[in-house]
Amino acid sequence: MNVNATLLGQAISFAILIWFTMKFIWPPLMAAIEERQKKIADGLAAAERARQELKDADARVADEIRKAREEATQIVDRANQQYNQIVDKAKTDAIAEGARQKAAAQAEIESLSHQAKEVLRQQVAALAVSGAEKILKREIDQARHRDLLDALAKEI
Amino acid sequence: MSTETSGGGGLTEYITHHLTHNVVKVGEGFWSVNFDSVIVSAVLGLIFIVWFSLKARKATAGVPSKGQAFVEMVIEFVDGQVKDVFHGDRRFIAPLALTIFMWVFLMNAMDLLPLDLIGSIAGLVGGPEFAHHFYFRAVPTADVNTTFAMSITVFFIIIFYSIKAKGAGGFTKELFTAPFHAHGTGAKIILAPANFFLNLVEYLSKPVSLAMRLFGNMYAGELVFMLISGLMITAIGFVPGVLINAGWAIFHILIIGLQAFIFMVLTVVYISMAHEHH
Repeated sequence: MNVNATLLGQAISFAILIWFTMKFIWPPLMAAIEERQKKIADGLAAAERARQELKDADARVADEIRKAREEATQIVDRANQQYNQIVDKAKTDAIAEGARQKAAAQAEIESLSHQAKEVLRQQVAALAVSGAEKILKREIDQARHRDLLDALAKEI
Repeated sequence: MSTETSGGGGLTEYITHHLTHNVVKVGEGFWSVNFDSVIVSAVLGLIFIVWFSLKARKATAGVPSKGQAFVEMVIEFVDGQVKDVFHGDRRFIAPLALTIFMWVFLMNAMDLLPLDLIGSIAGLVGGPEFAHHFYFRAVPTADVNTTFAMSITVFFIIIFYSIKAKGAGGFTKELFTAPFHAHGTGAKIILAPANFFLNLVEYLSKPVSLAMRLFGNMYAGELVFMLISGLMITAIGFVPGVLINAGWAIFHILIIGLQAFIFMVLTVVYISMAHEHH
């Protein structure tokens, strides 16, 4: 256990080692460790942010779907309304058309019956003339008795 | 510590041989150097700084290699220990703690080398007569010079931090006025010697206990290895000797790390006490 100059040598070695460690070993390793810690922290924060964003996006998507569904319902409602309107209009149109056609038919019938009456009246007149001829059994001078015949035809 | 002249039987001579340093005389008395301690500690110190500085130069903040991860683990362990004890700028204290931990650990680890490894190599190289006069103690921390060199360096760092924290005047004043505080000049003068004596003991006990704890553990560990190898010489003692040797070596793996850790933590504690003293 004799103390000798080894003490000084070892103390100097120790001092050199401390200096070297402080200068060249500790700072770069600590810097690397701290930088990695920062990176990991940033990564975790980014993951958290992404998770939040995903949640927001999900909420937005759900909102969009809800809106689209409402719109679709509105469109269907409007279509139904329009359909009802069209059907109603078609019905009233059909009724109006029917009435118009009926009126036209009635007018035609009237005019036709009028014509028939006219034709009948003329035929009756001719018959009456021929009947009168037969009754009188003589030739009537058409030219002389025209005014008389016309008056007769008018009376019928 | 006389050399092989003590004789007195095989085991005693064996142990004495193994406990003798390879001394290189530079001058008289104090001026000689334990060559073995200096060379082994220097080589281990070089291994430490080369290994760590290579990893430090290649250090990336990305995915670390296994080697870098290991070095970072050591660094973070030491930094965590220092952070727990020392509150302040760690740019000097943490590297100091790392140096102490790694260097002492490596030096302690030399305890696990086979006792006769270096002697046998010397025998192979220079023959039995050379080996007989070749002394080599492979564990630098089982040499008081190494442990005291470290603890005295730490002692100066403690003094430096005390003066830095309190100022030269405050440090000197506290040497004479604490721990017994007095009011009035007369009482202060009376208490000054007692205070100074207590402070002296307190300050000096730190390097002494640091150095002696590490030295004692390593020296005793070495000695027990030698006694066990003495047991292994006999035919009956060989098998139990091997078993005990293995057991002691396994136990020593714990001691190696533990002593390095204790030296480191106590250094940091002493410095933080000096730093934070009011």
